[in-house]
Amino acid sequence: MKEQWRGFKGTHWTSDVNVRDFVQQNYTQYDGDASFLEGPTAATNTLWAKLSELQKQERAKGGVLDMETEVVSGITAYGPGYIDESTKDLEKIVGLQTDKPLKRAFMPYGGIKMAQEACTTNGYTPNPKFEQIFNEYHKTHNQAVFDAYTPEMRLVRKNKILTGLPDTYGRGRIVGDYRRVALYGIDFLIKKKQEDLANCGCGVMVDDVIRQREELAEQIKALKAMKEMALSYGYDIKDPANNAREAVQWLYFGYLAAIKTQNGAAMSIGRISTFLDIYISRDLKEGTLTESEAQELIDHLVMKLRMVKFARIPSYQQLFSGDPVWATLEVAGFGMDGRHMVTKNDYRFLHTLENMGPSPEPNLTVLYTKKLPKNFRDYAAKISIDTSSIQYENDDVMRVEWGDDYSICCCVSATQTGKEMQFFGARANLAKALLYAMNGGIDVKTRMQVGPRLPKITSEYLDYDEVMANYDLVMDWLAGLYVNTLNLIQYMHDKYYYEAAEMALIDTDVRRTFATGIAGFSHVVDSLSAIKYAKVKPIRDDDGVTRDFEIEGDFPRYGNDDDRADEIAVWLLKTFMTKLKKHHTYRNSEPTTSILTITSNVVYGKATGALPDGRKAGEPLSPGANPSYGAEKNGLLASLNSVAKLPYEYALDGISNTQTISPDALGHSEDERVQNLVNVMDGYFERGAHHLNVNVFGTEKLQDAMEHPEKPEYANFTIRVSGYAVKFIDLTREQQLDVISRTCHKAM
Amino acid sequence: MTLGFIHSFETFGSVDGPGVRFVVFMQGCPLRCLYCHNPDTWKTGAGTSYESSDVVRRALRYRSYWGEDGGVTVSGGEPLLQIDFVTDLFKDLKKEGVHTCIDTSGATFRSHAQYLKKFDTLMEYTDLVLLDLKQIVSEKHKKLTSVPNDHILDCARHLDDIHKAMWIRHVLLPSYTDNEADLRGLRAFIDTLSSVKKVEVLPYHTLGIHKYESLHLDYALKDIEPPSVQSLTFAKEILEFQKP
Repeated sequence: MKEQWRGFKGTHWTSDVNVRDFVQQNYTQYDGDASFLEGPTAATNTLWAKLSELQKQERAKGGVLDMETEVVSGITAYGPGYIDESTKDLEKIVGLQTDKPLKRAFMPYGGIKMAQEACTTNGYTPNPKFEQIFNEYHKTHNQAVFDAYTPEMRLVRKNKILTGLPDTYGRGRIVGDYRRVALYGIDFLIKKKQEDLANCGCGVMVDDVIRQREELAEQIKALKAMKEMALSYGYDIKDPANNAREAVQWLYFGYLAAIKTQNGAAMSIGRISTFLDIYISRDLKEGTLTESEAQELIDHLVMKLRMVKFARIPSYQQLFSGDPVWATLEVAGFGMDGRHMVTKNDYRFLHTLENMGPSPEPNLTVLYTKKLPKNFRDYAAKISIDTSSIQYENDDVMRVEWGDDYSICCCVSATQTGKEMQFFGARANLAKALLYAMNGGIDVKTRMQVGPRLPKITSEYLDYDEVMANYDLVMDWLAGLYVNTLNLIQYMHDKYYYEAAEMALIDTDVRRTFATGIAGFSHVVDSLSAIKYAKVKPIRDDDGVTRDFEIEGDFPRYGNDDDRADEIAVWLLKTFMTKLKKHHTYRNSEPTTSILTITSNVVYGKATGALPDGRKAGEPLSPGANPSYGAEKNGLLASLNSVAKLPYEYALDGISNTQTISPDALGHSEDERVQNLVNVMDGYFERGAHHLNVNVFGTEKLQDAMEHPEKPEYANFTIRVSGYAVKFIDLTREQQLDVISRTCHKAM
Repeated sequence: MTLGFIHSFETFGSVDGPGVRFVVFMQGCPLRCLYCHNPDTWKTGAGTSYESSDVVRRALRYRSYWGEDGGVTVSGGEPLLQIDFVTDLFKDLKKEGVHTCIDTSGATFRSHAQYLKKFDTLMEYTDLVLLDLKQIVSEKHKKLTSVPNDHILDCARHLDDIHKAMWIRHVLLPSYTDNEADLRGLRAFIDTLSSVKKVEVLPYHTLGIHKYESLHLDYALKDIEPPSVQSLTFAKEILEFQKP
């Protein structure tokens, strides 16, 4: 046993890379309450004050503090960087993406045009040499995709029935098992990858083997670069971490390598809390660390995660507003052996929101089950009520699919840590598809022939069976085109923008999932319900294309626990998923889908015409799996019950639900609020639901924050929107209004 | 079988009894409280009719959220106006082991034997009564609610006689119900009731005003603001307590 592993139990994990085994053998459950937690140290307060000031300057400059224009980002592109040179000794955990805090790196491999545009639209001019380098000497992902796109793919993209495709930015969603760096040290990991390379193929060179060999070589290079980068900060990470501080630092260096090389839409750090607790517990026991110092380590790591930034183009910001990076981090969860996995460290991570105030990043996620200790559920609920900064996901449904060592790789999607990767694939707008079904495949907004040339529906009132027959054909067409567009994108991403640093920390024999998504979900459900249960009369333009709809009579809406509507919702999910599955997916990945549209619901809505559920043209779609605006008539729990009916097994990439509850509606006293929120989550997840974002505040506060963003109390005012958290004042006014208009559950 | 006329359901009631509750808002009320935030429940003979079993079926869909404390609260409107239905409903809920709670003004309470028989039957299936004591001075009560408070106080005394657990609720409305002497008088009355488990002071709010507009009703309290924090704290100090 290596000296760095003193006191650790177990054998399997010592000879093979097997972090799960290490965690299961060594973690210490904690059933107590939050009273052991310590406040911020003086160093934490000093550093956080400096960072808060930088964030303020960043906002004052329009959202970007500084940008790189000369250096192409890479693991070793920069020497060491600190929050402030004068206080660098206070930083217990070090490492920046570039040489300066909040300075955004130049990352051209996803697409040189986008990297340049991100600079110029923020007032920076990248060195003109990059124009030549990345057009003449080296191709980028974006160019490669557009070289290969078919005219039909360009058409659906232009008409935004497929949206948010990762063809202009990194696909993200790949979580390296950063714990490996701490547990094994880089040299062991290099040795294991070298063994894999030696064992890759039998000498017969077919595509798979050639590609795998090249990828392994890239991974080994990335591991070596990590070591070099860490050395520049004065740390040699060739060997395992020897104590808690090194464990946090080693792990963070692994993550830093990822965010220096990739600008994926989601860059999760993963399930690290229980793992790190093992090191902290050992140090506490050995008397080399105090609780206050332990909290400081976690606070400083979290501070670093709050600093992750990427250069983005305006159209990206519209889609994913508020500058998110989805540095998702999980706490709690339940083991396969029946032990809960709550440790003191899970408290420490949540406590960062008290020590340093609310924050959208890291995207703190509680892997929830009713079986977690009551003390912990109470504490999480309290933090939710105070900060609205955490989300909940149902460990009971995810554990069945992904085991007990999965991470959340994006906003809400699960992935087995170190065993899996995901091909992220944005969304198909099924609400637009429904309009195509009525309008012969013509796009209402652009009047282009986009979908299949079906006969237009011409009846005075829409007939359910007639619409459904056409819709089925349009969904068939869309599912096929969607999967194939993604196949092409993922192929090019592997080729031109391969995630060597993350993949170096994932098993060579990796399981791949292929994550599609659905937008406009609730509107399709309500529209079909309106056509079925009420009378819907299309108002058509001269060319026979629908402009608006008149609805006569009442109809059941999704979000009221009414099976008539909710059955349509289940049907829609199952049908689309089943159609996706018919198609071959790149590298034999497993297709999944999601219902989680994030803030992109505003942009998607703009491109979507009026719908038969009464939603007017251009209005935002409702986000994620949320019921439509104003549809919920029976209160919060009826709405939750409707969403809980969607079978997770058909949407393994996630079903996100965001609910805003006025504090007064949650109870009179703090204790009542905590207990009631715990009851809500216990009940919701017991019904098999997947995810819940909880915001606790009234609309008055949102309105005030919109009108007075300069008030200090709103500087870090965080709200949760489907699958992620965002600072409210960083949203566009349009999105702020959209958030305000969503149902806020309050007692009358 | 008696049908119930119901205004609406709230699946997530968190302030109408212990824990998370399914709240049934009955249609019809004999009072016309100036601050009522549910004027749409006043009219009798309106609402949607339901059988008790329908309501039970609906309520039980939310059982997973109730934890150890939650259950069903019948509010309104005035639930005692439909006492036969509420009794049927609570009987059915008790068969399912559900915690039952009635939120009443007590205004329809009468002390004669025929009424008491019905009332006590309902109480057999009722775990908790939320009783509004709006104003201890009867003339002021009449001005506020359109009726004097004698039957209401009788109701409270009777509930105490039969040892029925009660939460007393008092809406704090500036210049109508916040006079110190009145508050102390109310507390003195409450102190004569041994089955009171909790007293809650609820600050008047203006969230119901828009309903008056849509019902084309005059809102008499347009110029009255919700109580100040000081005034609320003062009233809470006088009135509030909690017993296990």
